[in-house]
Amino acid sequence: MEQKDSQWPVWEVFIQSKSGQPHKHVGSVHAPDSETALLNARDVYTRRNEGTSIWVVPAQSITASTPEEVGPFFDPANDKVYRHPTFYEVPEGVKYI
Amino acid sequence: MANLTPQDQENKFQEKIDANLYIEPKDWMMDRYRHNLIRQISQHAHSEIVGMLPEGNWITRAPNLRRKAALLAKVQDEAGHGLYLYSAAETLGISREEMINQLHTGKAKYSNIFNYPTLTWADIGAVGWLVDGAAIINQVMLQRASYGPYARAMIRICREESFHQRQGFEIMMTLSNGTKEQKAMAQDALNRWWWPSMMMFGPNDKDSPNSADMTKWRVKRESNDELRQRFVDRVAPQADFLGIKIPDEKLKWNADTQHYNFGEINWDEFHHVISGHGPCNRERMEARIKAHEEGKWVRDAAAAYANKKRSKAA
Repeated sequence: MEQKDSQWPVWEVFIQSKSGQPHKHVGSVHAPDSETALLNARDVYTRRNEGTSIWVVPAQSITASTPEEVGPFFDPANDKVYRHPTFYEVPEGVKYI
Repeated sequence: MANLTPQDQENKFQEKIDANLYIEPKDWMMDRYRHNLIRQISQHAHSEIVGMLPEGNWITRAPNLRRKAALLAKVQDEAGHGLYLYSAAETLGISREEMINQLHTGKAKYSNIFNYPTLTWADIGAVGWLVDGAAIINQVMLQRASYGPYARAMIRICREESFHQRQGFEIMMTLSNGTKEQKAMAQDALNRWWWPSMMMFGPNDKDSPNSADMTKWRVKRESNDELRQRFVDRVAPQADFLGIKIPDEKLKWNADTQHYNFGEINWDEFHHVISGHGPCNRERMEARIKAHEEGKWVRDAAAAYANKKRSKAA
């Protein structure tokens, strides 16, 4: 697709703040291509060494769950308390479990 | 849940806000909430961008390298803050292009304070100390605004902005401790920036009818007058420390209220400036439009490069 003088596509920006940490969404930038998006993201979101790594993702490539269906969508996990350790009984005096 | 009536949806929306939860871009929201937020966030973004002009004016004339590096970093931050905010406003369904058009055609406003000129180097001190100081008070409140992307942008901005106010205060302190002429410069800057800074919090509560909705929607958590009082309470002792005098004969500590009393704001001046008759309204817009037009070749070049790469890859 030919690009005109516009504000260009939106890229969502994810930054890893420290080695070992997950990448976290911080905002978005506009850019004509992924390389420029990375440079823009660096200039806009890491002016104070906030990052060790940046991901840029075309905003239109993200599929998100819809808020209206939040109930039924997450419903399968609602009645499964046995997935949590607190569901199980541990007798007093038993350690390391 | 398509069977919810509009009233149900509105109630659910308000309950969520009242429960201190956040509204996210894809959530149902009232049209008026969306429109008011687009207006507020885009104006906020425009203010950051236009706010670069009065300070940029002094970058090449900063008195030494330390001051120059700090001012340059501050102006770069303002650009970044504008971009965070444009990006937050876009999540509400307005394009960046449209927002920029609204600014350039005068349809959208920006903070009135930037229609005043920065005449001397001391003004850079006063702007950082007073204008950023006032902005921080407002923005700290907005860190918990009900719209998620706005609140998150504010958190980021507040984290970065505390140096802005300090560098301004430091400039004022250096001038206040300097020669007689330098101290007079600091006083003159305070004289000119005090009242416009006080106006930054907006009309008095009794004359601010739009605040009710924004308060109900947890965008505005404190009233204009409350925020203004906090500003005075913080800044008055700082001015005493600097040994310069706030230009308000009525300014006085009130031991009963544990707050400072202060005089009436000249709202005629405020309306005069905001309606386009301030000292720099025209100049600011001309500079913005010029920057946008002169940057066109950069955008064209980047687009041409991206197109070329794409056609090579295809």
